Amino acid sequence: MLELCNVTKVFNRGTIDEKIALDHLSLTLSDGDFVTVIGGNGAGKSTMQNAICGTWLPDAGKIVLDGIDVTALPEYKRAKYLGRVYQDPQMGTAPGMRIEENLALAARRGQRRGLRFGIHQKEREAYKTALSELGLGLESRLSAKVGTLSGGQRQALTLLMATMKKPKLLLLDEHTAALDPKTAAKVMELTEQIVTENKLTTLMITHNMRDAIRYGNRLIMLHEGRVILDISGEEKSKLTVSDLIEMFGRASGSEFVSDRAILS
Amino acid sequence: MFVQLLGALPGALAQGLVWGLMAIGVYLTFRILDFADLTVDGSICTGAAVCTVLVLRGMNPWLAMLCALICGFIAGALTGVLHIYLGIPAILAGILTQMVLWSVNLKIMGKANLTLPARTTPVLLSQLNIPSAILILFGIAAALIVLLYAFFGTELGCSIRATGSNAVMSRAQGINTGFTKILGLAISNALVALSGALLCQYQGFADINMGRGAVVIGLAAVVIGEALVSRLPQNFALSLFGVLLGAVVYYIVYQTIIFVGFDTDFLKMFSAVVVGLFLGVPYLKKQISVTFRSKKGGKTNA
Repeated sequence: MLELCNVTKVFNRGTIDEKIALDHLSLTLSDGDFVTVIGGNGAGKSTMQNAICGTWLPDAGKIVLDGIDVTALPEYKRAKYLGRVYQDPQMGTAPGMRIEENLALAARRGQRRGLRFGIHQKEREAYKTALSELGLGLESRLSAKVGTLSGGQRQALTLLMATMKKPKLLLLDEHTAALDPKTAAKVMELTEQIVTENKLTTLMITHNMRDAIRYGNRLIMLHEGRVILDISGEEKSKLTVSDLIEMFGRASGSEFVSDRAILS
Repeated sequence: MFVQLLGALPGALAQGLVWGLMAIGVYLTFRILDFADLTVDGSICTGAAVCTVLVLRGMNPWLAMLCALICGFIAGALTGVLHIYLGIPAILAGILTQMVLWSVNLKIMGKANLTLPARTTPVLLSQLNIPSAILILFGIAAALIVLLYAFFGTELGCSIRATGSNAVMSRAQGINTGFTKILGLAISNALVALSGALLCQYQGFADINMGRGAVVIGLAAVVIGEALVSRLPQNFALSLFGVLLGAVVYYIVYQTIIFVGFDTDFLKMFSAVVVGLFLGVPYLKKQISVTFRSKKGGKTNA
């Protein structure tokens, strides 16, 4: 489904701040894989997702999505294939627009936007149903501005928007990290439900090792822009947090440096 | 004197309506697209110059206005292209286009000031017949508000609004934000040029300096208009109408302070102060409440 081949990205090349964010990163995801991604600060987790989304173009390497070479495709064009939820709840929605308008925008992802109505009455009913499944009471607030929603509500809405038009790949970038523990658990529960129901191929970055072990069928660890650990199936289900930390030490030759990850 | 002031009000209303159309253009960039566009100072004059020259050469005024509108569209698109494709900051891109337009406007008119006499040319409206001018302007404004309301409800219109609200999200939803920004700027400046085309007919001349400070007048109308309709239910058409009303209020106040003998040298400063206050006060209010919250150890800063 997704194939990253020797993807390299260097920031501030040639300056003293030069940072190799992705170092010949290669990764292949099969159809229906739910992969969790962990790694220390600056390991290249978000950079990898940005490369897939086309926030900028990689310096070298190739990105293939479901047989389509998207390496040089502008961000808005490959959005057709991708669903994305960000760490910052503000990032995934248009705060100045209504809930229904945000959903209507997402429903038209990858389509030509012309002079047809931006939203139809029929759609509103469908949105109500979809929102009620989130269990957050948003179904009665279709015409409320998204700016008035809480962080958790926005993340749930963003998740719905990312998946209502089935993406080839769902990208989650620490999407529960900015939420309080209870809301985070609720959003995580929704995530699993949506991913399972739609059989979505998913790449989820998390700082929470327990979540990384608990969810998905495969776990990868990044370090200095490379995959240093790739565990799946039976082996993954038996993992513990201390196993992971120990494995990280062996694979990278250094201590796992992410205070957030250890504490949570 | 009071009677005299009353006598000047219809004129202020007509002028307010003309500038209100420009203010709606400013509203589209400033509020919908979140882009401070300074092209306006040049494109309003472009509209006037094009319309004046064409009407003087015998073109039907409606057709001349359409040509003015198209020229404004191109001017706005130029600012957008400078910003999107050459990475020039928004304000500077606007200023550059403004500079270009200064020369272009001079070339169109052939000189710095061109009269468009209402008595000898087939102009659509004129300050010699204010009631009819008000009627025509009101009709045009109403038609444009309906048109804009419909357009910004379409898929394309929604994608422009989304771009202004959150560009990152818009790209993630497959919107070409470069294109929507350029289109938004073009539509805005088309309106501004149309307002210029109406202005030159109304006042009977086009002048190379007529656009100086226009963007500030537009912003003043926008902020006054927002204050006027802030307590009413939020609706896009109503917001546009509010901006139109804001411009009318601005010109009525303007006329009034001229009448009470205010030194007219200060008028531009007055406009700037109005905009500064209306934009500054909400910001300060927010700042104060944030500082207050953080002192109490609020969650937002934890």
